Amino acid sequence: MLIKTKKSSQLSEQQVTDESVYHSRRDVLKQLGYLGAGSLLAQSATANAGALDFFSSKKDVQFQQQALKFQQASESSEILTPEAKVTSHNNFYEFGTGKGDPLENAQAFKVDPWQLKISGEVDKPYTLGYDDLFKSFPLEERIYRLRCVEAWSMVIPWIGFPLAELIKRAAPNSRAKYVAFETLYDPDQMPGQKSRRIGGGVKYPYVEGLRIDEAMNPLTLMSVGLYGKTLPAQNGAPIRLVVPWKYGFKSIKSIVGIKLVERKPPTTWNILAAREYGFYANVNPDVDHPRWSQASERRLTSGGLLARNRIATLPFNGYGEEVADMYKNMDLRKYY
Amino acid sequence: MSATAVNNITFKQVFLNNRVLLLKIAIHLLSFLPLLALYVLAFSDQLGADPVKEVIHFTGIGAFNILLISLVLTPLAKKYRQGYLLQTRRLLGLYSFTYAMCHLLSFLAFEVQFDFALFVDEITERPYITVGMVALLILFSLALTSVNTLKRKMGKNWQRLHNGVYGATLLIALHFLWSVKSDIIEPGIYAIIALFLISLRRDKIKRWFK
Repeated sequence: MLIKTKKSSQLSEQQVTDESVYHSRRDVLKQLGYLGAGSLLAQSATANAGALDFFSSKKDVQFQQQALKFQQASESSEILTPEAKVTSHNNFYEFGTGKGDPLENAQAFKVDPWQLKISGEVDKPYTLGYDDLFKSFPLEERIYRLRCVEAWSMVIPWIGFPLAELIKRAAPNSRAKYVAFETLYDPDQMPGQKSRRIGGGVKYPYVEGLRIDEAMNPLTLMSVGLYGKTLPAQNGAPIRLVVPWKYGFKSIKSIVGIKLVERKPPTTWNILAAREYGFYANVNPDVDHPRWSQASERRLTSGGLLARNRIATLPFNGYGEEVADMYKNMDLRKYY
Repeated sequence: MSATAVNNITFKQVFLNNRVLLLKIAIHLLSFLPLLALYVLAFSDQLGADPVKEVIHFTGIGAFNILLISLVLTPLAKKYRQGYLLQTRRLLGLYSFTYAMCHLLSFLAFEVQFDFALFVDEITERPYITVGMVALLILFSLALTSVNTLKRKMGKNWQRLHNGVYGATLLIALHFLWSVKSDIIEPGIYAIIALFLISLRRDKIKRWFK
């Protein structure tokens, strides 16, 4: 029996076909369908596409996740947020502003091939392809609390590697004071980038940043998976940042660029509303969001309306021992 | 005249004679059943990852929707000479208040979880919650005085008080606009609809200032 395996260097059909042609392949099928039905409506097939989509492939496509090999985390005393909740309650405005929108709209998201570029103030810039994301560094599981700036939180078993490893490999020079991150910009795949209405008025691509010492902190994780598998699209596949002592919006998803820079980089939510979202965005129960208290949070685990899940928010989300030193001479009310 | 034609006329007349009642039954079903379904799903954890947020949003938007429908009735009744529509305004107003109460009580019971200090802080310190609370108090006063005996006793003051519905509508629009992070399009559309409906009653509003 002849078994063909594809080398990563081999081009797929998708790569040699012009993108717009590739994306219109379904329209061709639809038009065939209309003709086959003996209808003369073929010319207006696109006008009817919406009604047809409801029954056809769009809903059937499911984002594929693969099992990962990794060093398991030691037992955690925290109750994990169920996987179904972790993967259905997402702020990923590129796929819509509703919490359930990313799950619904990201199923067809293509992550392979992928390119993550590490560049800027480094001696050895390099690029990771899709497979490299899982092979270049030993993967380990980390169970972290995730505190959203909207005052809800989860406990998630991430899989990934320290951002520090990725940065060290690029050999940063002495001008590397900050790290700037960028999400994929692809309006054809991300409806929120195409439409202001769907994307919540955010300027895309989404950008985030860390100070170099924050980036090199051992807690800072580049995550490629959760709950034992590669990341679901709606959680930021194929690779995202996880900074557990900062509000969730710092943990940028679906990253294509990591650039070491000399000056503090712009960050998306700070651009949008500087008074509400600072560059540091460290979890801090003493500094309220202008519109709601940050003193406590609701921990999302299982349980319906009656779950008594309001708990006190801890400084640095409970990771003060590991990170507070980095901010010891700073006024955290000013640098929120 | 055939028997079917007679039946048709009778059916039509029965319908016309009872249209207010039928409309009220429809309002009850369309308002109460969704609310019931919402809480059943939420209590049994079948309403997404964060049922608390779903319940608060659904009841808030629901209260606003019903209030706007109640405001559209008078202009509609005038334009199409369908006076009977006015007889459903009280029921709609009461349902809007019911949804708004569910909104507030869910916030107290499930969001801040009976932390009364936090509850009071949020209402007094967050402008968007303050205006929402004021709107709810207005709706509360309208609901309290909605019974016929009080309406008669209050005379002219009743109408004065109930003109407060326009103020409540504006405050709710503001409450919605201020509550979102960045996606202001939906609350923006609501605000435009609210302003439009109020502008339809501009003659009435002008008369207050004479």
